[in-house]
Amino acid sequence: MLKLVTTLAGHDDMVWCVAWNPKGNLLASCGGDHSVRIWSQKGQNGEEANQWTCRAKLSDGHSRTIRWVSWSPCGKKLATASFDTTIIIWKQKNDFDFEIIANLEGHENEVKCTAWSIDGSFLASCSRDRSVWVWDVSEDEEYECSSVLTSHSQDVKHVLWNPHKNILVSSSYDNSIKMYQQDVDDWINTETLESHQSTVWSCDYNPEGTRLISCSDDKTLKLWKEDPEKKNKSSWSCYSTISGFHNRTIYSVKWSKTNNLIATASADNSIHIFKENESSDANEPTLLLLEHKENAHCQDCNCIDWNPVQNNLLASCSDDGTVKIWKFDE
Amino acid sequence: MVVENVNPSVYQKLEERKLSQTDYDNDYEDMIDEREVFDMIRNLQDPEHPLSLEELNVLDIDSVTIDNKAYLCKVEFTPTIPHCSMATLIGLSIKVKLLRSLPTKFKTEVSIKAGTHASETAINKQLADKERVAAALENVHLLQVVNKCLEDEYNR
Repeated sequence: MLKLVTTLAGHDDMVWCVAWNPKGNLLASCGGDHSVRIWSQKGQNGEEANQWTCRAKLSDGHSRTIRWVSWSPCGKKLATASFDTTIIIWKQKNDFDFEIIANLEGHENEVKCTAWSIDGSFLASCSRDRSVWVWDVSEDEEYECSSVLTSHSQDVKHVLWNPHKNILVSSSYDNSIKMYQQDVDDWINTETLESHQSTVWSCDYNPEGTRLISCSDDKTLKLWKEDPEKKNKSSWSCYSTISGFHNRTIYSVKWSKTNNLIATASADNSIHIFKENESSDANEPTLLLLEHKENAHCQDCNCIDWNPVQNNLLASCSDDGTVKIWKFDE
Repeated sequence: MVVENVNPSVYQKLEERKLSQTDYDNDYEDMIDEREVFDMIRNLQDPEHPLSLEELNVLDIDSVTIDNKAYLCKVEFTPTIPHCSMATLIGLSIKVKLLRSLPTKFKTEVSIKAGTHASETAINKQLADKERVAAALENVHLLQVVNKCLEDEYNR
């Protein structure tokens, strides 16, 4: 059962993205009001554990919509991607106080997403300018672009790192997903995953980093895996398409690293939670629907995120301007 | 600016909506119908001509479908010529007018009527991508052009 814990109001416009910090005690949200908000529980126990409050509002950085916010693996830094073409790195000074330590310029138009590699040594970004950038993060917080990848033919919507290795994945308006790896001192496109019929909005790895799930404007989810037999350029292939659950664009999919559940958020206002059906045919696996939360929000659901520590907590956000926190019990 | 379609055909406008008795009754809850949506968008101005989208037959009453149960409003428009470079701008103007006029719970879909434009698939995909629409509306120059199309006879 998916139960609403609380509704967080405060943003003055649509909320595009929510992200838990690695410790799972802070939630960041951002959106059309050019601000990032940091939320946390009022207290650890009793009633206060179910009450959340806004601890900080970061609004002196970007001049347009903040499309994405991501925490560094150390939990001390935030990277924000904005329609104003820049990326800002914010560093935690103390509890709820963040200061700007870097302003990354270079993309020609709207930056759509940012992602930190698991060891924190790289930051990836992508933009409507069709490129994916890899930034080197040095120990003294210098950010230098080490590669501009132009494999996509259209707007790049989302970037993601493998949870164990420095493999980068990007999703695009050109309907494809691409993977990149470092080759000596440059990054190269190693895989192109094609099967979706429209824009791929995002994707996520399973906890082991061996399989991928993607979501699209074609209203389907697709599961992908690597075929170790194939050693050529396209060793990843789609082994299952899940359709018929959402009736509008699916914007967000997250594969929980703690309980293996898959959550999706869609323009049909709903949230779905799935688990892999172990009894299904290994060659044609299916997902078992555990929860279909209709009208989770009263407008499009844009993003969803599993808490990395409290494994039944889930955050979502919407065009309706709210952030919601949910508790899921199977 | 070079005008592509120099001498467009001008069509007869639909007569004004006739008010019914229930229109004066504040306690009567009526559904949003096709005619109401059409009245919201019929006076949008063409970017090239001092004419409304209705006068150019880009829109007529049959362009609108509304589903009050699913809160879905669809508008299909017909560019005056199949290579009209203004088609994206016209679609964006219709989209913005609907976003500003309809209750927020409504989903709006604006697309080019099938078979009436050379790049309809590409333009429809762009109009359906709300992230691109949101970004376009933060572009000051583009917003000025869109607002110009939204200046109808009542608020010029």
